[in-house]
Amino acid sequence: MAYSKELIEHYENPRNVGTFGKGNEVKERKDVGVGVVGAPECGDVMQLQILVDEATGKITDAKFKTFGCGSAIASSSLATEMVKGKSLDEAAQIKNTDLVEALSLPPVKIHCSVLAEDALRTAINDYRKKNGIEVEDHAHSH
Amino acid sequence: MPDLPIYLDNAATTKCDPRVVEAMLPYFTDVYGNAGSRNHAFGWAAEAGLDKAREQSAAIIGATPKEILFTSGATEGNNLAIKGAAYMHAKKPAGETGRGHIITALHEHKAVLDPCKRLQKEGFDVTYLEPGADGLITADMVKDAMREDTILVTIMWANNELGTINEIPQIGALCHERNAIFHTDGTQWVGKMPTDVVRDNIDLLTWSGHKIYGPKGVGALYVRRRRPRVRLTAQIEGGGQERGYRSGTHNISGIVGFGKACELCMQEMDDERERLLALRNKLETGLSKNLEHVQVNGHAEKRLPNIANISFGFVEGEGLMMAIKDIAVSSGSACTSASLEPSYVLKALGVGDDLAHSSLRMSMGRFTKEEEIDFAIEKITWAVNHLRELSPLYDMHLEGIDINSIEWQSH
Repeated sequence: MAYSKELIEHYENPRNVGTFGKGNEVKERKDVGVGVVGAPECGDVMQLQILVDEATGKITDAKFKTFGCGSAIASSSLATEMVKGKSLDEAAQIKNTDLVEALSLPPVKIHCSVLAEDALRTAINDYRKKNGIEVEDHAHSH
Repeated sequence: MPDLPIYLDNAATTKCDPRVVEAMLPYFTDVYGNAGSRNHAFGWAAEAGLDKAREQSAAIIGATPKEILFTSGATEGNNLAIKGAAYMHAKKPAGETGRGHIITALHEHKAVLDPCKRLQKEGFDVTYLEPGADGLITADMVKDAMREDTILVTIMWANNELGTINEIPQIGALCHERNAIFHTDGTQWVGKMPTDVVRDNIDLLTWSGHKIYGPKGVGALYVRRRRPRVRLTAQIEGGGQERGYRSGTHNISGIVGFGKACELCMQEMDDERERLLALRNKLETGLSKNLEHVQVNGHAEKRLPNIANISFGFVEGEGLMMAIKDIAVSSGSACTSASLEPSYVLKALGVGDDLAHSSLRMSMGRFTKEEEIDFAIEKITWAVNHLRELSPLYDMHLEGIDINSIEWQSH
């Protein structure tokens, strides 16, 4: 299967790889929201972290780490790019279909984009919970 | 620096040897007769080519030419052997249950498993043996599964994902003691390893042209004629070619190529085996030395010299393949399929799903050069290190978290 230029570019030069600290540290940090989704048995684990400016409520930085195929890595890389500078509400509007379109994901790889969307929502909700903001229910069933 | 891309997927298919192609060419344009045309020179010439190929094919497995049936490949050969033997030896007619017992293994090729599943639906009982953690099926395992009504045992000689070698001569002896027909899928074995169907107690043996530097679309099935004389129910009916077992005009150019491929393998097998083993050892020790959390899957010694199946912890196989795109390999991760199920072969060995997703199968062949292995070691080492930097699982491992203890939010 041939992958798109955009996908390969993100896979080969992934943006924003990393974390804002070790697992225990980011758990304590109120300015960081963390989302870890997927499972090793399924061949995909995505970890997405967002750094939020308390004053403006905007996402100033984002980091990811992904265990998965090229599409999973590219989807999470692109997701970190897309959220930067957005408010939490704006970031929550990002849909997996945005990633599918931007990376021209083939049908068998749609689940990678769903996983990235889930990771992002989980990270946003984690930040909200930590800061006592009401968590919006998102009905995303699989 | 070797020429790129590098082909390390010889267990999937091989390049056709130019000497094979050369032998085939006249049979497209000069010797184009139908070997079934018994009354003119065109037919006789084709038949002569057919006879020679049958001798070459018989020689590589220690059979007589009359015991060789040409097929379209190992899938057809396995279907004919398994269904043909089961129908011929069925204890009860179609439509009834209890038609006979068949023994196979969980990690056989689909071309064996699917015919067995069909027979199961048609009233036969099938036992699927579970291999040990080393991937082997032993004669003792087969012995324990044997029943009064066991009519057929089908166990592959060497596994296509792992290269592990089963106890074939011993299983064959057991079958002969118990009057069960013994079939082995020799697709990965024949052409690389010395084979003698009489000594090794084989009744039915399947192999394929394109795994032994021959053309695709041609293979052979050995059917024993003496002690015991094995009979099959034909699966393709028509003109009665191949002693009525396999009708259809002979693929003469393919068959000639198949015969030539067998002859070349027979001549070069011993030297080639040594050379391939050295390459495989180099690859395995090189990667194990360079990287932590590397696991070579399957039995350490009882393995074909050309197949290495290696899991790289904390790295996903398909992502890894993309990072080494100059090297053609296979992965135990089935991330391209909708099921997200990793290799059923590694699963059968009890390799965890996470490590199954992290595996690569690399298979060397006649045209693999040492410098290509050197390049592969270097490139794979780089890619695994790179992807571990991207892997949250590797971070967790470094932080001392057991990833098996986490409750994953699976999909």
